[in-house]
Amino acid sequence: MEGGVAYENGLNFKATELTLGLPGSGETEGQGGVRNNNKRPMPTPETNEEESQAQAQIVGWPPIRSYRKNSLQASGMYVKVSMDGAPYLRKIDLKVYRDYPELLKALEAMFKFAAGVYSEREGYKGSEYVPTYEDKDGDWMLVGDVPWDMFMSSCKRLRIMKGSEARGLGCGV
Amino acid sequence: MDLTPKQSIPAAESTRFPDEVLERVLTLLKSPKDRNAVSLVCKDWYTADSWSRRHVFIGNCYSVSPEIVARRFPRIRSVTLKGKPRFSDFNLVPDNWGADVHSWLLVFASGSPFLEELRLKRMRVTDGSLEFLALNFPNFRALSLLSCDGFSTSGLATVATHCKNLIELDIQENGIEDLSGEWLSCFPDNFSTLEVLNFSNLITDVNTEVLERLVSRCRSLKVLKLNRSSSLDCLHRLLTSAPQLTELGVGSFSQELTPQQHAELKHAFGFCKNLTVLSGFWDATALNLSAVYPACSGLSFLNLSYTALQSQELASLLPHCPCLRRLWVLDSVGDRGLEAVGANCPSLEEIRVFPTDPFDEDMLHTVTESGIVAVSQGCPKLHYILYFCRQMTNAAVATVVRNCPDFTHFRLCIMNPGQPDHTTNQPMDEAFGAVVKTCKKLKRLSISGLLTDLTFKYIGEYAKNLEALSVAFAGSSDLGMQYVMEGCSKLKKLEIRDCPFGNAALLSGLERYESMRSLWMSACNVTVDGCKALARQMPRLNVEVMKEEGSDDCKADKVYVYRTVAGPRRDAPPSVLTFSSL
Repeated sequence: MEGGVAYENGLNFKATELTLGLPGSGETEGQGGVRNNNKRPMPTPETNEEESQAQAQIVGWPPIRSYRKNSLQASGMYVKVSMDGAPYLRKIDLKVYRDYPELLKALEAMFKFAAGVYSEREGYKGSEYVPTYEDKDGDWMLVGDVPWDMFMSSCKRLRIMKGSEARGLGCGV
Repeated sequence: MDLTPKQSIPAAESTRFPDEVLERVLTLLKSPKDRNAVSLVCKDWYTADSWSRRHVFIGNCYSVSPEIVARRFPRIRSVTLKGKPRFSDFNLVPDNWGADVHSWLLVFASGSPFLEELRLKRMRVTDGSLEFLALNFPNFRALSLLSCDGFSTSGLATVATHCKNLIELDIQENGIEDLSGEWLSCFPDNFSTLEVLNFSNLITDVNTEVLERLVSRCRSLKVLKLNRSSSLDCLHRLLTSAPQLTELGVGSFSQELTPQQHAELKHAFGFCKNLTVLSGFWDATALNLSAVYPACSGLSFLNLSYTALQSQELASLLPHCPCLRRLWVLDSVGDRGLEAVGANCPSLEEIRVFPTDPFDEDMLHTVTESGIVAVSQGCPKLHYILYFCRQMTNAAVATVVRNCPDFTHFRLCIMNPGQPDHTTNQPMDEAFGAVVKTCKKLKRLSISGLLTDLTFKYIGEYAKNLEALSVAFAGSSDLGMQYVMEGCSKLKKLEIRDCPFGNAALLSGLERYESMRSLWMSACNVTVDGCKALARQMPRLNVEVMKEEGSDDCKADKVYVYRTVAGPRRDAPPSVLTFSSL
């Protein structure tokens, strides 16, 4: 089940193929033809959706009761949080936080970074990382620019950007 | 009693009890298994059991007909019925499959109208049936519906209106059509007998004043489980008027409270000295959670599986629950949260960790093999585990069962199908090998991950007490299933999906199926001919095949086999083919 794949002419292209996964991953086939490598290359937004779709398309798997599935989906306002440099995303429930300071504290704890000090004029000073979010219009905004309630209803996902990339994000309206 | 062998009176007559005495003695036996055993001793005991049996448990509603049950137990008071195969919970069974309770109610109404209790699981129940129940059984007092479908809140309204002696109304996890909360207002103004009220399933609001009045009238109320839309203000008032509760399901726990309100709620929880079970907690915030601390000292079961707690929040709560024996959480608590479990719950016997995001592989792996090991290290009495994760190792599972050899239920779900040990890339065979070799009392096992026939060889060889086995995306050949069918003599339920088991595997269980409740096989390699062959050889089995649209005529997409004394069922929809020996 494990081990390399042999080819007729003795050349194992798979072994020398460049991937971002660890050696030895991605070679075994699970039953039913479902890909089973547990390490994967850096996800792009497109791959994420596809993979989620693929998993979601196996009917009745994972074995979670419909009642529980519906319960969890209806709860909270879950948004994805990514951080530049981190291979995996997190998801947080915005409803759990009362205001920006609480949200920022949670993000800092989750991703082990310091956001710096926020000011309307200069954004986040004194930090390598900057919290941003994508709003309903698809624009990337600085977290903290709009009132909390407006943020809650317009935030689609969060991204903790490397400071250098975040320059130029103003209170765009 | 003189038992000298030379007595002239035949031994049987001298030791014969009058029927009434025998029946009185038998009523002291509560467990269905004991009662069943008793009824096999001799004809007299069979008759005595029949007349004195008050409760009957039917694990598969098609294994027997309502007529047979009513004829055998003419004085039955309480019936528990289970219907659809368990995989219907995961949408693998068509909606119109069957398991309708109505035919049972019709028979009982004519034969045993003294029915008092009805507990249904995975049955179809219509509003019409609920109305029939409410109007035809004057002594009816307890209704429990778990994972059922086909009814609406209107059906509940008729039960509330007409069942004057109701002590239990327990509505859980059903596919219910939720039209309004009006049903609660249908209890008469002087109605006060309720001891169990669970409407956590329902979404629509109930009238809080009506609820509060009802609760304060029902002085014997022990179990109260609110729905999500119940507010914390309402909860506060309810706790104050019903401090005798032993089981409480709170509503949503996200409302913003002023410090004053928080203190009052906490104070109200302090009144509840008898709470052993706490559940609900949709959207709980950390701050609000601290209000329940005063009620936790006697808690034995805490269900937090509807709110995505973080590790710190769980770690703050657990020290207040020193007597905890059962804990259900979401994987949002992470390995750190599970370490807190290991550190604070020495009496823990059961843990269930559900996934917050079952379909989102992007999630940071929130619980891993470390978490389950941490729990096993701190909780040596653990005997029930349900664990959803995205990675596991053989070594970790071996460690877990070494720490906790008394597992009776071991259900591990590695969510990516066919995933190997993530450190060695080996199959997970040795993990489950360790489980079955170490845990001699194992009754229920669910396996996952990359598994070869070796896993099944281990199961067949070592899991001698196994009663229920659940298999998905596993095995290499027919041998796998054969090992299990040959080795597990106590097997009662086997469910298999997406495995390379074909007709030879199916037929290897010929000797086993009559002592089992049921077999489910879907997306395997079984054909219709294989099913026909099974049916031909085993007349007391029903062999049903559910065909999927567009599949080959010869493929048996989903197979459900079960023993029955009632013959092939007559209510199957067109998509279900029934094969019998006739």
